[in-house]
Amino acid sequence: MSFALKKQGDVVVVDVEGQLIVGNRQELKQKVLDELERGERKFLIDFSQTGYIDSSGLGVLVSLSKKIREQGGELRLADLNDDLKTLFELTKLDTLFQISDTRERALESF
Amino acid sequence: MSAPRVALDIDIPSDVRQIEPVIRQVTDTCRSLDLPRQQCSLNVPVALSEALSNAILRGNHEDVTKRVHLRTLVADHELVFEIRDEGPGFNLEASTRDPEQQNALEREDGRGIFLMRTLMDSVEQFQQGGNVVRMTLRLPDTSPEPR
Repeated sequence: MSFALKKQGDVVVVDVEGQLIVGNRQELKQKVLDELERGERKFLIDFSQTGYIDSSGLGVLVSLSKKIREQGGELRLADLNDDLKTLFELTKLDTLFQISDTRERALESF
Repeated sequence: MSAPRVALDIDIPSDVRQIEPVIRQVTDTCRSLDLPRQQCSLNVPVALSEALSNAILRGNHEDVTKRVHLRTLVADHELVFEIRDEGPGFNLEASTRDPEQQNALEREDGRGIFLMRTLMDSVEQFQQGGNVVRMTLRLPDTSPEPR
């Protein structure tokens, strides 16, 4: 499991490879907060290579969303598989985040 | 109906890095039992990750000298997970927060036990050589229709 960050235009794109769970959530949080600190304001997290997310992982996404909004930025999510969509629906987090079907659509939406 | 059999018996130290390999073993077992895809890829890994996190963080307070024990039982129509830690236990009911509750959406915590209850058919807690959480997932009936 790892997190790969790269810049596409003015958007920081984060690929979550593997799981986003209690054992690695702080790594994702720190990487995104470092970019926010550096002045980046547009963030996209791509879940096309993600297996499952636990409640700690969901909590980190909520926390990042708040911190990015507080700095006047935007966080968007893309490419959730069916299981992840179900998870976001069960927890109502599909109403908190702007979620796109694909990375391309998410990038266009900024 | 045949007696439940133990499919997996795993003992780990209280370290959250141990969770992912354990989940991988359990989901491999689910797939070998031909369980429905979503049970193997969503219900089991997420609910079990929550239960193991609770045992490590809340039960054993990440004391690596304390152990967490997972037993997976397979019966005809259900899969049972028993997760035992060395803590005194905690109130499952009081820890369950519904996402519909006011201000719940923007909270970082409080979804774990809700997810366990939602993704499993039952979640029970009792004391038996430590604090035990038992989660049961009903399996689809694949027996042939009677003629």
